[in-house]
Amino acid sequence: MNPREITNQIVEAADSLNLRKWDYGASFSNDYSVQVDKGEAKQLKASQKQILTIRVWNQSNLVGITTTSDISESGIKKALKQANIASDFGNKNESTEFSPLAKDPIEVKEVKKRSPVGIKKLLTLLRQAEVKLIESHESIKSVPYNGLSESFFERVYANSDGAFRSYSKSQAALYLYARAEENNNKPRSSGSVKLGYGVDDIDIESCIREASNKTISHLNYSSIKTDKYLICFSPESFLTIINAFSSMFNARSIIDGVSLSNKNSIGEKLSTEALNIYDDGLHEKNISSSPFDGEGTPTKRLCLINKGRIENFIHSESTARIFKTIPTGHAGLGSKVSVSPDWIVVEKSEEKFDLKTSLDHTTYEGEFVYIEELNAIHAGVRASQGSFSLPFEGWLYKNGKKISIESATVAGDIKYLLKNIVNIESSQEVTTSGISPHIWVDELSITGDA
Amino acid sequence: MLSSKIKSNEIDFGSCNKDLLEEIIYYGISLGADFVEIFIENTDNSSLLAEEDFITSVSPSFGTGAGIRIFKDKKDGFVSTNDLTKHGLMRSVSQAIEMLDIKDNKKREVFNGLNKLRDYSLSKKKWINEVPSIHEISEKLLVSTKSLKKNNKIITRKGSYSRNLQEIIIASSDGTYVSDIRLHQTVGLNVIASDAQYRSSGSRRFGSSGMPNEFRLWDHDKAANDVFESSMNMLYADYVDAGQMPVVLANKFGGVIFHEACGHLLETTQIERGTTPFENKLNEKIAHESLTAIDEGISKGSFGSLSVDDEGMEPEKSVLIKDGILKKFISDRAGELRTGHKRTGSGRRQNYSFAAASRMRNTYIAKGDYSKEDLINSISDGLYCKSMGGGSVGATGQFNFAVEEGYLIKNGKLTNPVKGATLIGEAKEVMPKISMCGNDLELAPGFCGSISGSVNVTVGQPHIKVDSITVGGR
Repeated sequence: MNPREITNQIVEAADSLNLRKWDYGASFSNDYSVQVDKGEAKQLKASQKQILTIRVWNQSNLVGITTTSDISESGIKKALKQANIASDFGNKNESTEFSPLAKDPIEVKEVKKRSPVGIKKLLTLLRQAEVKLIESHESIKSVPYNGLSESFFERVYANSDGAFRSYSKSQAALYLYARAEENNNKPRSSGSVKLGYGVDDIDIESCIREASNKTISHLNYSSIKTDKYLICFSPESFLTIINAFSSMFNARSIIDGVSLSNKNSIGEKLSTEALNIYDDGLHEKNISSSPFDGEGTPTKRLCLINKGRIENFIHSESTARIFKTIPTGHAGLGSKVSVSPDWIVVEKSEEKFDLKTSLDHTTYEGEFVYIEELNAIHAGVRASQGSFSLPFEGWLYKNGKKISIESATVAGDIKYLLKNIVNIESSQEVTTSGISPHIWVDELSITGDA
Repeated sequence: MLSSKIKSNEIDFGSCNKDLLEEIIYYGISLGADFVEIFIENTDNSSLLAEEDFITSVSPSFGTGAGIRIFKDKKDGFVSTNDLTKHGLMRSVSQAIEMLDIKDNKKREVFNGLNKLRDYSLSKKKWINEVPSIHEISEKLLVSTKSLKKNNKIITRKGSYSRNLQEIIIASSDGTYVSDIRLHQTVGLNVIASDAQYRSSGSRRFGSSGMPNEFRLWDHDKAANDVFESSMNMLYADYVDAGQMPVVLANKFGGVIFHEACGHLLETTQIERGTTPFENKLNEKIAHESLTAIDEGISKGSFGSLSVDDEGMEPEKSVLIKDGILKKFISDRAGELRTGHKRTGSGRRQNYSFAAASRMRNTYIAKGDYSKEDLINSISDGLYCKSMGGGSVGATGQFNFAVEEGYLIKNGKLTNPVKGATLIGEAKEVMPKISMCGNDLELAPGFCGSISGSVNVTVGQPHIKVDSITVGGR
């Protein structure tokens, strides 16, 4: 069934069950992926998947939901019936409605949809990449984590009020994680990930180069002394930390009492006036962009921090109603609607006066720790308390030399970190999760075993 | 509910599918596959969330799907689909054959048909009618969140429940023909406490497999008291000072350290990748002689237990490490094919859309001779980790774990609570430092995410002492 046929099927089934108010979200995908091991195909995968989530409002306007992979006529009817049963247990304390923006026009961009290249080409490209990466340095012995994939999917949202929107797109991903070993040293590993609309859009050479350079640069390592250090966060690591604490901007988290912010936090100063943070799901560099969210609300650029102060929260329909504002295009579709950011963009504002601009990771000659990548976010972040303690990959810069840091963690408090930003470099870098310049923070605790 | 009728010429969980499955397997073999495996599932799940004094989410879901895996030499192709018709399954086989570029079908493997069905589901078909209803679950969740409200410092109270009922059929070209029904239930409580600038949280999760009545027997008062006390103890805690120190890890979920730091490195997928330091260490000493570790899928009701694994093999009890000596790896079909280590009934996957891989089940350190007090008394300056958060292990074996509830040990006594601690190390270096094991082994449920998705597991251990480990803090 195509999306229009599914909608017609739901209209028919809902009528027969006397259900007057409903909406649904659906996704249909075809995915292909390959992994290799020393020149040989290891696992080749393909999947066809369909997921349908239906919400139903009962006569008391309480919502019930069901999710299924069965989009046959009987499956749809069963899902409607189950959702109707679940609506008896709908949340009486917080109502849910259709998004008032579910029928607004969405920003139409050129659809960069590619055609499948097929498993054989995926395999050939990945084999070549593995060989090149291993040959790039004598210490690189293997590429234990690797994969090349392409996905083709369609997403739909529709409701009984006549809203209907869908889009389809393609996406490809390459990841290469190399393992290097030298005599009497521990093995070291690092890698690179690249995304594109299709396989032919991925810069494979750059992925190989990055994976090789990163891995090799960690071969000579040393322990670091536990102390407080001047830190330079790479764009990727700073975006990781902002995303980990995005509950500060999340209206759902605020209502649930698990955010460091509260309803009155708009305008609160969090950081230097030189810091701006946006959520920009439609950014041209965001390969995973979606023109609408789970409730059909159009996606848009939203300023979260303006000159160091909280400017906006991200919302679903229900949180926006509670905060007396409009939805921002950040909702999921669930029994309890989740809210999450799309694509974080960090910028230097025009207010630059309080920055130490001499801090530039390419030229600064004083001592500092460069954090390339933060790990184990799920284990080391306490978003509701604001604290973090995270292992990282990085280097200690000292006396004009850099040396890879062996097994260490950085710990602190997100509000302290934001308040202690001492420089925001000028040039931004695009990563897989957003865009950011290098960010310098003073006096963060590093634990090492030196 | 599970025995939904499906049109003819499709997989039907309510009737015999042998002829159809044999036809599909024969089709794959005739095209030149060495081995064909079909995994089919039918699921009926639901989850509930209670926040403060309201049910805020009820989420039922159901669905079907198939995963078809084909081996040629040591390569495998895997295709998953929601289409359970004969046409859909045949198409998936063709796709896997094409992916593997199998052209020479002259040298065929022999397929002698499926064996007699090993039906593990016979006594389990009634489970769907025995599990608690949504109404019953919501009532108990609300009582449990209410009992978390013990003072005005508790600002957030949550209770969650989920139930996964999975009916499976496994058929493969070596004759394997199995069906089973699996039931997993889990319930958790969470609180956030706050007082001025101080904040803390507490959480506990409980889980079982194959026990429809278990949620009814759950002692929510005891659980609520435990979560409340933990959050109160940690509310005014100072940040721990970082450094190297001896630690005592509590029993139950303290076992996550072994699971992450060592267990994953004993899965044959890690040998295949060349990412385990233990690859050539069979029958060699890799841990302190006081340490014996086990992985099994047979403890009745434990979260990681199963009647049969996702490749149709009954799980065995595997002694991984005996008195510090490495004795066995955790292996699945691909692991046996590629590494030579015999299968252990550990081929597991989240659902039909993942190929099975070697995964842990109920994994724990065996009990020793010491009391908890013996361990603490042996330390003059260290850390007691009463409750662990999550953890992860990196590509080169380095691990880290968050400590949810920790206390300083001074002169053999527990003293101040501390927060913000992370344990960091490498399995190869830490295993020889587990020098004392307590006599109070207990297990705890959890979810493990890895190559074949998220699977239910049990971690466990008695109280153990690690002589020295890096503690990350402020």
